[in-house]
Amino acid sequence: MSMSGGRALNPARWLGVPMLLCIFATILFAAPIRIWGLQLPEPVFAMVPAFAWAMIRPSILAPFALLILGLFLDIFWGGPTGLWGLSLLVAYAMVLILRNAMTGQSRPMMWAWFAGVTAVAMVAGFLFTMLDSLAMPSLLAVFWQFLVTALLFPFAHRLVDRFEDADVRFR
Amino acid sequence: MPFREGPLGDLKVPLTWTAAVALIVAAVIAVAFLLADRRETLQEQAYGVTRQTVDVVAKPVSGAIAAPGRWTGLGLDFVRSYFFTASENRRLKTELAEMRQWRDRALDLQDQNERFKSLLGLRTDPPIPMASARVVADSRGPFANTRLADAGSERGIEVGNPVLNERGLVGRVVGVSRGASRVLLLTDIASRTPVMIDRTNARAILTGDGGPNPKLEYLRGVDPIQQGDRVVTSGDGGVVPRGLPVGAAVKGLDGRWRVVLFADQSSIDYIRILLFKDFAQLADEKQLEAKTLPPVTTEDPQTSILSAPTPAPKPAATPPATPPTAAAQPRPAAQKPATPKPAQPRPAATATPAPTGSPR
Repeated sequence: MSMSGGRALNPARWLGVPMLLCIFATILFAAPIRIWGLQLPEPVFAMVPAFAWAMIRPSILAPFALLILGLFLDIFWGGPTGLWGLSLLVAYAMVLILRNAMTGQSRPMMWAWFAGVTAVAMVAGFLFTMLDSLAMPSLLAVFWQFLVTALLFPFAHRLVDRFEDADVRFR
Repeated sequence: MPFREGPLGDLKVPLTWTAAVALIVAAVIAVAFLLADRRETLQEQAYGVTRQTVDVVAKPVSGAIAAPGRWTGLGLDFVRSYFFTASENRRLKTELAEMRQWRDRALDLQDQNERFKSLLGLRTDPPIPMASARVVADSRGPFANTRLADAGSERGIEVGNPVLNERGLVGRVVGVSRGASRVLLLTDIASRTPVMIDRTNARAILTGDGGPNPKLEYLRGVDPIQQGDRVVTSGDGGVVPRGLPVGAAVKGLDGRWRVVLFADQSSIDYIRILLFKDFAQLADEKQLEAKTLPPVTTEDPQTSILSAPTPAPKPAATPPATPPTAAAQPRPAAQKPATPKPAQPRPAATATPAPTGSPR
């Protein structure tokens, strides 16, 4: 077995499966269920792959996979087309740029980075919505969605752990 | 010849660079999508085939996912009603006794209202047909607040139809496909609804911002609103019918007037879609069709446009023996034949006063 570069990652495993899981989780949390008068939260599950894919390795397919995920969110949620695609790509680009600084840090520190990247995506969505609709979204509503999305870090950590060492060229 | 054996076979582009190029291309595509989006126009053609297809696919999937939650809710309701039957019965009896008084009062007011309407000759709007639907998916984020309902074009639903639940206005239909329709909630950032304050008739525009309580903008008048005022649709612009209940006015933490929506007081699993397009459908077209046209009066070729205006053909009746009344007296000018110099002003004494007091 050749050790030059190790085995390449199968895109279906590290891109396809998380994508499908995100779509399923989004549909699941869109169910109109009320428990004691309270609705389910609406986290942006696509933030998990946006963070993890950039941490695992730079990729040509990942941005397009994120774009497809974002377009699905926009169409399924009924928002402006392209809004979440662009916001997720902004977050992905940020992680890609700061990847060297983030790699190898402790779990709480990585959680803080994930929260920061989520905040960047939410601010991007806020600004794009302002430009698109010429109105200011509710800051409180943005904050709630940021909060429930930041709680998804364990899933991102699991995804990074699962595939970080799969391709030794990017260790 | 394989690529690796060609002159470009040894060319190695760093993956980071190609990944960056891919990222830029994807971002450009996303920007193009965002610029091309016309969601905020709420036009029928802005809701493209892709969205319609996703809605059609999402309806059964979301319906199946939401079903266990719905069944659980129904089961809990059943258990709750079983254990609290006695207390609920007592409460309902008290409420019924109170409602009986309100019923008598309502019947009295209805009778009075009918008499006033007949006296004033008011024509009220006919009832608007509606379609019931169940919500199978909803989005509650800051950038999109919509619901997916399981009734579509096959039930006569069209883009622009207002949507209510049992308490009040929920939103408007922004996309329709076969078997599903997308409802834009009043809280969505693209939602604009003309409303009025029930107490003062002051107009405003209800503007969503992604939060639970939409804002009241362009509120006019001196002291037009107070805490707790009831807000209803104004019907301005023909977007929604007038008088649909919306909510109660509250002052927000940011100092703006906002509305606590009545629709939020109950579950919006089930909604009613008013098949209202515009006010033209409220008129009875058969009544508007003129069955008897007014008689056509042709111009007398003997008269010139410069001559004094000739009245309608004189009745053939002979002049009455008694002097005619002022109202029935024909104008002196009309008795004269057309003269070539009519431009002279008529003497004031010959002017016949307009009949007064005659029914129009």
